[in-house]
Formats: sequence, structure tokens, C-alpha cells
Amino acid sequence: GVNLTAARECGQLVFLEGLKSSVDVFFRAQAEPHPLQFLREADAGNLQPLYEFVREALKPVDDGQAAWRCPVLLVDDLSVLLSLGLGAVAVLDFIHYCRVAVCWERKGNIVTLVHDSGDGEDEENDILLNGLSHQSHLILRAEGLATGFCRDVHGQLRILWRTPSQPTAQRDGSLTYQYKIQDKSVSFFAKGMSPAVL
Amino acid sequence: MAAVATCGTGVGSTGSIVAATSKNNVTSFQRKGPRASGTDSGCSRLVSIAGTRPSVRNGQLLVSTGLPALDQLLGGGLAVGTVLLIEEDKYNIYSSLLFKYFLAEGIINGHTLLVASAKEDPADILQELPAPLLDDNYKKDFDEDVCNHQTPDSNIKMKIAWRYQLLPKIESGPVSSSRFGHYYDASKRMPQELIEASKWHGFFFPEKLSSTLNIEPCSLTHGYRKLLQFIQKVIYEEGFDGSNPQKKQKNILRIGIQNLGSPLWGDDICCTENCDNSHSLTKFLYVLRGLLRTSLSACIITMPTHLIQSKAIIARVTNLSDTVVGLESFIGSERETNPLYKDYHGLIHIRQIPRLNNLIYDVSDVKDLAFKLKRKLFTIERLHLPPDLSDTVSRSSKQDLAESSKLLGPGCGMMAGGKQHLDF
Repeated sequence: GVNLTAARECGQLVFLEGLKSSVDVFFRAQAEPHPLQFLREADAGNLQPLYEFVREALKPVDDGQAAWRCPVLLVDDLSVLLSLGLGAVAVLDFIHYCRVAVCWERKGNIVTLVHDSGDGEDEENDILLNGLSHQSHLILRAEGLATGFCRDVHGQLRILWRTPSQPTAQRDGSLTYQYKIQDKSVSFFAKGMSPAVL
Repeated sequence: MAAVATCGTGVGSTGSIVAATSKNNVTSFQRKGPRASGTDSGCSRLVSIAGTRPSVRNGQLLVSTGLPALDQLLGGGLAVGTVLLIEEDKYNIYSSLLFKYFLAEGIINGHTLLVASAKEDPADILQELPAPLLDDNYKKDFDEDVCNHQTPDSNIKMKIAWRYQLLPKIESGPVSSSRFGHYYDASKRMPQELIEASKWHGFFFPEKLSSTLNIEPCSLTHGYRKLLQFIQKVIYEEGFDGSNPQKKQKNILRIGIQNLGSPLWGDDICCTENCDNSHSLTKFLYVLRGLLRTSLSACIITMPTHLIQSKAIIARVTNLSDTVVGLESFIGSERETNPLYKDYHGLIHIRQIPRLNNLIYDVSDVKDLAFKLKRKLFTIERLHLPPDLSDTVSRSSKQDLAESSKLLGPGCGMMAGGKQHLDF
């Protein structure tokens, strides 16, 4: 596998753990600024401190060695930010700024995770989901089977390319696979081709 | 201390435990490794805290929920540092029972308790804990209670439902190690001396309310903020965060929060759909989880989800908890008179199980589970099995079946029955 601890030490990986920081932010004094300082504010405004943190992490370190190129920003997960009191628009703004900094300025990628309950109850979350779907180039949608729980097929993955000139994509730009999760890996197979029924 | 006392009896009565297991028709197969070492938790190197054991699947430290049948459904127990959310049944009868089982299990194992409530005084809650069925007398009580219901059908074997015979019994009796997970007698109270010997902290919201003078601006409801500060203080002062490890023997903090989200906590999510502080509850859960993750503690929360107006909040709360179990009692519903459910008091839904250090969790095949409260015991049973359409169909390969049963943890001794050959 990949040694994330080593990667973190040499500066390849920058990691901000929300859960642990939230405790610090919540119980410490007001003084020092923190990427997640909206947690202690009465009405959570925006994610500007978090964006500053991302920018800071992207800055090239000039200590002789070659700078890391093509950064990837992983956010897990954006829906939690809504639970913490931020508005969908604030989260969308944050992603928009990050897109400019990561994707455009540095030719990198952004990968984010959003929940989708699918029943349209959570309006804020739907705004976020639709807004992100509109901006993204590739959408992976994991969902349970419509027919209910199955021991050998855990769900299906819909892949949707939104860039038209994708040579590998099907004509309509989408593919569906079913999957089964194992201990350390996931096996994918075409629809209806589970080993259980063959 | 209570921990020392129970450990002593446990080691002394190994003989009686063996006798009990053989009587209940459990195999003599004993797993070496984590579980075996859990048996003598007092002196083992692996498990140094009473009432805990490492998970066979991912090595996480587990504590019992106080209901061995539920432990088994949740993959062996509740991982330390996680939240168990119980969705209350409509009249809060059975959920408060689970709540008390969780606390009683802590008292038996000598864990420190933190009880928070806005409705009852924590001291009163402790007085009403069920009595443990320990060693000799539990066997008698248990057999008595089980036999009353089981004997009639043990003689008549339904040939048509032979798949059911091979199954491990979910509610089967006390298994090898009685140090992890105990049975409780819901009809009796916990002995007074055990409660007095235990260490506990109470948070009674109406009492803390009086000191609301300087409300600093904060997005959290007053009650939630007070409670978080209280929990943080206890964790910090008693060293559950591992800040001063050499101070004393490590212990587990069991946190119980009753009726979280109800109007009694000063939360208005139960009253209107679009309320001002709808983020209070989710924010509280997030910070609470951050606290738990960095300390030796486990938390049970009961929440009246049927009162919460907005479905969106329930979905968010579920996402922010680790394990979610829903209770649905038949009282007052038309199912009460339905002959299908006549043996049961309600349904139990396992809504979410955390994936810790692993991609999958211990998933049991059966999603239809029902519970009933017998005279003394709370039991969980399968309603019916799903159709057998897997790639490892059980009748063709018993080998796989036996393997999968090993993963299920304790209480699957009935798999011995899988050895008898079935020819068609």
C-alpha cells in the first residue's frame, strides 16, 4: 500500500482532521484563528479560513527538492459542513474558490463526497448536490439496489462523464456497474453478472 | 472496587461456566487468541480493562451493550470511541430498557458512568437499573425463562424449515466468557451495594439551568453546550483522554444521554420543521464524536426520532452517528393484533453499523428482527429468513457456512448441527 504517514512527513500529504480539530476549536480560547473557526461562531458565516488553509498547503516549499505537481484536493465530506450550520451557498462558494486555486492555477483535481438521500427531504443538501453536479466533470454515484438488500450484490455504481469528448465512454456518456465489497477491496461486475447468478 | 470483585468471581467459577455451556449444547470448540484471552481479562496482557475485548475482525476494542444478542448483531459489541444511537419507540418503553442495560453493564464491569438526562434525575435512573444474572443463579433463571417458551417446539422439528435448524441461535444462552456481556433480570433491581461501589457522574439538565446568567453567543443550544463542557471536563479530569497514563489503571467511561433532541433539552426541532437552531443537534453530535474518538469512552444516546419533524435532520443525525438501532414497538399500532407478530413486542432495525479499519462490517443476512420482553429477559429473534439465492448456497457447501459462522462471534455454537448430513 501507500505509507501515508511518510507522505505526510515529507510534505506530500497535508491532512486536516475535522473531528479532532472541532474539539480543539470548541473548547479552546477564542484567540488563535483556525481553518474550522466557524464552529465557534454564533452564525456560521463562510469557509474563508478553510480556503486560506488550502491555499497555504498548495504553496510550493522552496527547500531545494522538486515541488509536487498536479495537486489533488480530497474533501470528505461536504454534507457534514451543512450539518455544522453552513449554508449550501457557502459550501459551493468554497468549492468554487478551490476550483480556481487547484484545478485552474495548478492543473490539479478536486474529489468531493456528498450524500444523497434521494428523497428530496433535505433541501440544502439537494442544492449542494445539484450545484456540484453542474460543475463536475465526472460523477460516480453509488447507490443500493432498487430491489433491496442482497448478500452478493451490495449496490451499483453509475459513472457519468460530463465531458463530451471522452473516447472511452459509451454513446450516452454513462455506465453502470454492480459491486460487491470485500474485506480489503471491491469487485465490480457488469449488471446482472454477479458470480451468484452465473 | 466492583471490577475487582467481579473478576474474582469470574476466575473462580470457570467450572460452572463450562458446565453451563455444555448444557446449552454449545460446541467444545474454543477459539484461541483474542476471545480466549478475554476470558481471563483480569490477568491477560492483551485486554487490560475489565469488560472489554478486541474485535476479531478489526482489532478495535469493544465494550458490550449489556445485551449479548445485540452485541452479536453489531459485530461483537460497541467499539470504544463510538456512538450508539437508539431511535426510541413511541412510548419510550424498550429504548429506556436498552439504555439501562448499557449502564448496568458498566456498573458490573466497574466502568465509570456519565448519565445525562433532562427528564429524570440520574441518581433515580441508577436506582432502577436491572439486576445482573450472575454465575449460578443466572443459569437457573435463564433456563427457566427460555424453557417456558422453547420446549414445545424442540420436540417437533419442522422438516420444511430445515434452514432454520442450522442457524446459530441469536438469543442463545450465556456463552463461554461471561466477562463480556451479561444478562440482566428486568424484574429485579440492581443491588444497592453495587451502585454505591460504582463511580458515576450525573448531569441533570434542570439543575444546571439555574446558572444561565452570561450566555455567550454560540450556535449551540444552552443545554447542549453545558453538556459538552461537562463531558469534556469529566474526560479531561479523570484522564480518559490518556493524558496522564501512568496515573492509574485505565478504565472505560460509559456515557448515557437520554431523550436527546426532545423539547426538554431546550431544542425546538421537535416542534417545527424549519426552526432557528436546527443545527444545534448535529453540531453537538459532531463535537461529541470528536471527544469520544480521542478518549476511552463509549456513548449511548436515545433519541425520540418520531417527534422530529424534519426528515432531513434524522438523515443527518444518522450520518453523524456510528451505530444506529431503531426500535419500533407494536403498542398502539395495528400490528399488535396481527397474528404474525403475536409472539413479539416490536421490531428492531439495525440501520447503520460503522466500518472500522475495514471496508465491510459484520453483516448478518437477516434484516427482519423482532424483540420481545419476557418476564425477565429481553430477547432478539429472527422473524424470517430471506430467500437463499447466494453464490455460496448453504446446502451445497457447508464448509463456507461453517466459516461464516466463525465470523459471527459468540453464541453460534448451534452450528454444530451443520455437521449432520442432509441428503436429497
